[in-house]
Amino acid sequence: MTLDPITLAVIGAGLQQVCNEMDIAFSRSAFSPVIAEADDRSDGIYDRETGALIAQGELGLPVFVGTMQYSTGELIRLISEGRAGAPEPGDVYIVNDPYLGGTHLMDVRFVKPVFVEGELFCWLQNTGHWPDIGGMVPGGFSAHATEVEQEGLRLPPVKLFKRGVLDAEILAIIQSNIRVADQRIGDIKAQGAALAIGESRLMDMIARYGRETLDAAIAEIRARSAERMRAEIRTLPDGVYHSEAFVDSDGVVDEPLRIALTVTKAGDGLTFDFTGSSPPCRGPMNSVVATTYSAVYLAVKHIFPDVPINAGTFEPLTILRPEGTFLDARYPRPVSGCAAEVSQRIAEAVFLALVEAAPDRVTAAPAGTSGNFALGGFDPERGTSYVMYQITGGGYGGNASHDGLTNGCSTIGISKTAPVEVMEQYYPVLFRRFALREGSGGAGEHRGGFGVHYEVELLRGEARASFVMDHGRFGPPGVLGGCEGARNVVRIHRDGESFTPPHLSKDQNIAIRAGDRVEVMTPGGGGYGDPARRDEAAIARDLKRGYYTPDAAGTLWGTRA
Amino acid sequence: MRRVAGIDVGGTFTDLLLTETGPEGVAVRFAKVPTTIANQAHGVVAAIEAAGIAPADLDLVIHGTTATTNAVLERKVARVGLITTEGFRDVLELGRRTRPNAYGLFGTFDPLIPRELRREVPERMTAAGTVRTSLDEGAVEAAVRALVEDGCEALVIHFLHSYANPAHEIRAGEIARALWPNDYVTLGHALLSEFREYERGTTAAVNAAVQPILDRYVRRLQADLSARGFARDLLVMNGNGGTVPAGHVAQEAAKTVMSGPASGVMAAAATLAQSGLTNAITYDMGGTSTDVALIAGGIPEVSAELTLAYGLPIHLPMVDVRTVGAGGGSIAGVDRAGMLRVGPESAGSEPGPIGYGRGGTRPTITDANLMLGRLDPARLNAVTAGVGLDTIREAFTRDIAGPLGLTVEEAAAAVIRLGNVHMSGAIRMVSLSRGYDPRDFVLFAFGGAGPLHAVALARELGIPEVLVPARPGLTNALGCLVADLRQDRVNTVNRSLDGLDMESVHALLGAQAESALAVVSEERAEIEEVAVIQGADMQFRGQTHLIRVALPHARVSREELQALFEAAYFKRFQVRLPEIRAVLVNLVTSVIGRRKPFPLAALLEPGPDLDAARLGTRQVYADGIWHDAAIFSREALPIGARIEGPAVVQQLDATTLIEPGAVATVDAIGNLRVRV
Repeated sequence: MTLDPITLAVIGAGLQQVCNEMDIAFSRSAFSPVIAEADDRSDGIYDRETGALIAQGELGLPVFVGTMQYSTGELIRLISEGRAGAPEPGDVYIVNDPYLGGTHLMDVRFVKPVFVEGELFCWLQNTGHWPDIGGMVPGGFSAHATEVEQEGLRLPPVKLFKRGVLDAEILAIIQSNIRVADQRIGDIKAQGAALAIGESRLMDMIARYGRETLDAAIAEIRARSAERMRAEIRTLPDGVYHSEAFVDSDGVVDEPLRIALTVTKAGDGLTFDFTGSSPPCRGPMNSVVATTYSAVYLAVKHIFPDVPINAGTFEPLTILRPEGTFLDARYPRPVSGCAAEVSQRIAEAVFLALVEAAPDRVTAAPAGTSGNFALGGFDPERGTSYVMYQITGGGYGGNASHDGLTNGCSTIGISKTAPVEVMEQYYPVLFRRFALREGSGGAGEHRGGFGVHYEVELLRGEARASFVMDHGRFGPPGVLGGCEGARNVVRIHRDGESFTPPHLSKDQNIAIRAGDRVEVMTPGGGGYGDPARRDEAAIARDLKRGYYTPDAAGTLWGTRA
Repeated sequence: MRRVAGIDVGGTFTDLLLTETGPEGVAVRFAKVPTTIANQAHGVVAAIEAAGIAPADLDLVIHGTTATTNAVLERKVARVGLITTEGFRDVLELGRRTRPNAYGLFGTFDPLIPRELRREVPERMTAAGTVRTSLDEGAVEAAVRALVEDGCEALVIHFLHSYANPAHEIRAGEIARALWPNDYVTLGHALLSEFREYERGTTAAVNAAVQPILDRYVRRLQADLSARGFARDLLVMNGNGGTVPAGHVAQEAAKTVMSGPASGVMAAAATLAQSGLTNAITYDMGGTSTDVALIAGGIPEVSAELTLAYGLPIHLPMVDVRTVGAGGGSIAGVDRAGMLRVGPESAGSEPGPIGYGRGGTRPTITDANLMLGRLDPARLNAVTAGVGLDTIREAFTRDIAGPLGLTVEEAAAAVIRLGNVHMSGAIRMVSLSRGYDPRDFVLFAFGGAGPLHAVALARELGIPEVLVPARPGLTNALGCLVADLRQDRVNTVNRSLDGLDMESVHALLGAQAESALAVVSEERAEIEEVAVIQGADMQFRGQTHLIRVALPHARVSREELQALFEAAYFKRFQVRLPEIRAVLVNLVTSVIGRRKPFPLAALLEPGPDLDAARLGTRQVYADGIWHDAAIFSREALPIGARIEGPAVVQQLDATTLIEPGAVATVDAIGNLRVRV
């Protein structure tokens, strides 16, 4: 079937809108603040036979863009092998197994088959980050786990809704294994309802255009996206580009993990080779392969943001499977740091490799950490347990035309920080400060943006603090002569003394008493270009604003400051 | 004879609509003059004079201004200083950890108050509103003096948790007012008493940044008018769709932001009411963007979560107008993969579409309308030199028809079709997707380009009828004339329903109503009746997003609140959650001083019969072929006229396209009603 260009464009826009509507319905009705406030979720449409991505919401969390098609693909494989039940109308599978096309255990996927006249037409899937999934630390971001079982409840694909009815037995198993379980029923209903909204909008489109036309359009749109990406890639000079990036440690063994990347650009394709990267690690900084692939995809999408997303978008990218490295973790390697941290180091490696080839499209390294600080405890005044998440941004790298953005969100996310006033309303804490981290932007012709400096005090009761952050040992690198941004700092203050976690950016279950304070300084962005070329007026303005002390500015920019 | 003028200052034109009510009934006068950017007051006076009236003969002027919206968007604002809680100087700069776009790590952000003008003082309230660190009054005084020294014209005092206990802000305000050289002191809790320090602080900063600008403007306007003998009342439009007396408006200057789009929606609501309708999507398509709002049950939706630009949220009750980034100037082209694209890039008003003849070279939606005869190409030749249909045809051939292998007409039709898909998708997202059935609505189309696309859009959205008001190009000025006086109050409660002290809820609702009534009552002469509308922002425990429910009466019970919320939640999300308790987050009161209904039928003098309205025919391309479409003059249509598509109805400031298969009739008050 050949399609006229108008129908093609109209169907493309329509599929996109179906996904956007699912995204909005999910966020607005979710309970998990990680979903509702931080938009740590994504919704999409997937191919009935392969699970390949057909369309995904524009406001979905970037790291899920690449993973969810693998997740659908694994489900299809398990069904064909008889290891998951065959789909029926109204079914919704739940799965969070990282090794089946996932990320970390907290990212729970719902998958719904869509039937037209009794035949499977496509799959709808959404992923939402649950605030807890059981395991050794509240919130799930373990720093010390050495097996996935320690990280929480792991669900293979099972039908949570069978022909539209919620399975009370599976629900009971889930609720018995996670913290703050009473609100999860709200998220489960919200997550399922978003897929139902998507299904009904998609059925409208099928009724209007017909299955054959829709199928033909989906195939054509995929081919066009691949062609579009190829056209973008052709604008880069051919060559072989190298980079490396380092994760501070795996949280268990105090040694850096190395990501070695070679990108080969030839004609209209890009090949990514991670040969030389560190072997699988004992702690939870392993990445499952779906997350590794997705990290490459989202980095390339950051470089070419205008290319629409579907499976075709990434066809021109060849990623050599990084077998035998920590970027291709197999069961039972722990993985809780893969989506939030390792993925950002992978993206950083992609940026550092390609900045020379595309200096106008790539920035210096961004802070590149999700800044997860989880505090779990019991509030004696309210008589309730709680799990508090504090996420913070950091500085973005300078770029060809501007200084980097201050307090930007993680490379792989689009999530917002909760307001201090909201945190203090819900949890027994008091922020002593929530400030711009002075001096943290890496020097350059265009300097990095600034990180955040906050200090939070526990007001009553006892709690346990866990951190999964990064760039504590190495700052975000500058590029083309720019300097690195300031490194991440974590300190615990008690009775006039202060304590820094041995692994700097990762630790778990640190006992916190009333009156103790946790202080965090997040990384600044790397600088872009030679600091000697920085405009003197910009240096003077930064001094006037107190972004740098005169001493620091003198060191960074010399006499021109 | 009583004369009331509604005057709306837009980006390009200043519009005036004036009613004269005497023993013989009501007469209406119009004027449209160029907006005078440097001093909008000149344009306002010119508009009054252009209508043939002396300011001295006016009894009331109701004014809508873009002075504050433009000042913020263009960052031409006053120099503002900030005094805030120790440790929190950077809240306005850090924001909520975002970036402008989901993909691409580029972008910049400058807060309205630069860092060197933000000062900290020791003080701290807890979330419960108790004092943890008392206010250091000496530090406040020193900070105020330093900011005066630094040349600040306006001041913001913004302390953490002031919504829970404003005592420190109030005391610091007293100290500051004694030292500050003018009245421009904004306290964070005074505009809205809600938690979220970034949003509340930014709202206060917007207020301070535009306060001197609005104050000077209103004073200048009053002076100019009184120099011409005008001695009566001046009311100014707010973004909540109501008006406030000029003497009060600068104090809460931020509330005038977005008042232009709000007046359009108020005009729509008044028009619907007199047409016997209650539900509409309003659709105002301009050159670079399209404004959309939802009216359900006759009342425009009000939201407190608008974002003016990246990093600039304004959390004040405002008519919930959403802006979609597609308009007549949206540029069309074919991308590197051979896919047709329309927008998001826009030619704006400079250089604008090719047909404007101001140097635009890339095809836009407006150009497609011209080429297909949907807009009158004869008018094109009248306004521009050297740019004709041929230039547009060449551009479409080069950029679209050639690469896609289409005829040039097919290419232009494709651009309109895809533009409509984008617009209808965006309209659905901001309106119908919140749980409404399109079959219960009309599409209320206004603005210059709205009526041109409305029939096709309504079909795309499943909306059965389009309503084009009598004067689609003067809707904002009409909004000024019909707008009621309005005051809003919002307070955070944030308590679980079952632990709620209902007595204190009733007391708070009473206090909100009392304080709002006091301001509205100042204009007693203008008001026919006063309405108090109260609502509650609610959520299930653990959620962060809110749903607003209307309260049936001020002594609402706990059980009523629970039931109202559950019903509203199900309507929006199709989910019931009996397992989880509800929380009352905010109480909201709006006091509306209703003015006399405006006689809409007077806007358009009906013609004698349909034939008198015929202007001939024109070639119009629709559904793949050229039609010999009848052209009518809107100004000459009689009441009850019936027109079958394809046809074009033209009037001075708008063109309505009646697509093939659609039927339009003129209703009793002069609206064009199109069954699509």
